[in-house]
Amino acid sequence: MSLLQVKNLNLFLDGKKILDNLSLDVWEGHVHALVGPNGAGKSTLAFTIMGLSGYQNIQGDIIYKGESITHMGLDERARKGITLAWQEPARFEGLKVKDYLKVPSHGKDKKTLEQVLNQVGLEPANYLNRAVDKTLSGGERKKIELASILAMKPRIALLDEPDSGIDVESLEKIFEAVKILKKDGTTVVLITHSLAVLKQAEHAFLICCGRLLKKGTIDKISRYFGEKCIPCDHKNRPQNSQQGSSS
Amino acid sequence: MNSVDQLFQYTQTDSSVLKDPEVAHVVLNQNKVLGQNTVPGLNVDLKEMKEGIQAFLTVEEGIHIPKTVHLCFGMMPEKGVQRIEMEINLEKNSRLAVLAHCVFPTAVDVQHIMNATINIAEGAQYSYIEKHIHSLEGGVKVYPKATVHLGPYAQYKTEFDLLKGRVGLIDIDYQTHCDTKSVLEMTAKINGLAQDTIKVNETGFLNGKGARGVLTSKIAVRDEAKAEIRNKLTASAPYARGHVDCKEIVQDNGTATAIPIVEVHNPKAHITHEAAIGSVDAKQLQTLLSRGLSEDEAVELIIQGLLS
Ligand SMILES: Nc1ncnc2c1ncn2[C@@H]1O[C@H](COP(=O)(O)OP(=O)(O)OP(=O)(O)O)[C@@H](O)[C@H]1O
Ligand SMILES: [Mg+2]
Repeated sequence: MSLLQVKNLNLFLDGKKILDNLSLDVWEGHVHALVGPNGAGKSTLAFTIMGLSGYQNIQGDIIYKGESITHMGLDERARKGITLAWQEPARFEGLKVKDYLKVPSHGKDKKTLEQVLNQVGLEPANYLNRAVDKTLSGGERKKIELASILAMKPRIALLDEPDSGIDVESLEKIFEAVKILKKDGTTVVLITHSLAVLKQAEHAFLICCGRLLKKGTIDKISRYFGEKCIPCDHKNRPQNSQQGSSS
Repeated sequence: MNSVDQLFQYTQTDSSVLKDPEVAHVVLNQNKVLGQNTVPGLNVDLKEMKEGIQAFLTVEEGIHIPKTVHLCFGMMPEKGVQRIEMEINLEKNSRLAVLAHCVFPTAVDVQHIMNATINIAEGAQYSYIEKHIHSLEGGVKVYPKATVHLGPYAQYKTEFDLLKGRVGLIDIDYQTHCDTKSVLEMTAKINGLAQDTIKVNETGFLNGKGARGVLTSKIAVRDEAKAEIRNKLTASAPYARGHVDCKEIVQDNGTATAIPIVEVHNPKAHITHEAAIGSVDAKQLQTLLSRGLSEDEAVELIIQGLLS
């Protein structure tokens, strides 16, 4: 069953069409991947679903649990259980990791905070009292973001390149965390360039130039990506592109 | 509850610290000394005045006061003036750390005027943290004024925090003269609401060779609050180094002005400044909103983080 439907989405930024009549369905309880070359519009799509400022003036519709959320603000969408982990998460001067993790878990006990840090492979004792500021490394910051999503237990999590800046050893932890999210009932959308991450998903969407090029199984999309997208210079649409091939 | 405990309960510090004989303290209610303790090497002389108190504090040469000294400048009446005339002398190579609690929990119309002269002799180290707890009425006017002299190799680290209750009016005026290789660190963290007015005027004169100074202000103004920060560092000796840093978050109809002044009179000195004034960062705000906070809750958390 689809939890979220994006219908004929068009978005202009700076007079440029960034999302071009894009439609896709996100299925409840499944892990999806959103792939495509740099500048394809993946982050933009996530921002639009989340309803960030500057991404609300769209044509088309976003339906969540059968209800249009297009006119809802970001906070309202979040309260309905939609969340986003940024490709490059924000840094907060002076805000402690423990207080940051308490935000989505509504002040739940220390145990939960420790648990989510362990789940992303960070030793709680070393991190709970540190600030979520620029002193954290890029990879550490990404892991804390994922921990915050774990603490939230959202209905749907849009994870923008959860693997970027993550070392090979830690990658397994990130994959485990995605499994935990799924087990907890979260529907996941993984935005990625990596084949390893793509393999964590059950379905994939391939986006290029703001359009949905293809959707389907991981095998199908990775084959298509390898054969058509990699030889393509990523500026042009791959040949014979057809929207919405069935999965 | 005795009168000391009654006043001290507002400081957010466990009052059992006052029972420790190794912790020196002074507890004042307007111009009355409610409690006092001193330790060897620290001489405290207090004189009650009509509207306040005269205080002389001396740390003897070479003495390190082991535990933080607590000064509680409080005022329980809703109206009135509290004037503190203070002279602090740290003799050569001595060390002192003070935590001053300024509590005006019921203030409707209170003035707290502090005039301090602070002399930190060669090699001495003084840390002074002043925490203000005010009422929610905004009826407090605070005028802290100090002239500080740092001898060679002396260190002075001070922090002014006003995070609980309304500021009312605060008008800080500090001047510090820094001798050879001395170190000055001055920080003000203030959270302004409603019609609060915040004025910070701090000047550091880096007169000695290799003297260092950092002036930091972190201010939030919401509602109709106003802040004006004038921080100035002057370097007139070789190898003097300094930095002026001002961060102000402005929400609602708040107004903030930052005037960092850096003045260099020696080609071998170096001073930098940085000022960032504006609304809460959009990405920070949207991150917290995406985790389910309301906008007010998110702004509060970001400001508390900045001021923490
Ligand atoms: N505010 C904006 N104004 C104009 N163009 C924009 C704006 N934001 C994004 N774009 C453009 O929209 C396109 C899609 O950007 P987006 O960040 O969504 O790509 P992406 O698929 O996430 O790429 P990457 O893999 O590099 O993260 C890019 O060409 C980008 O330059
Ligand atoms: Mg992106």
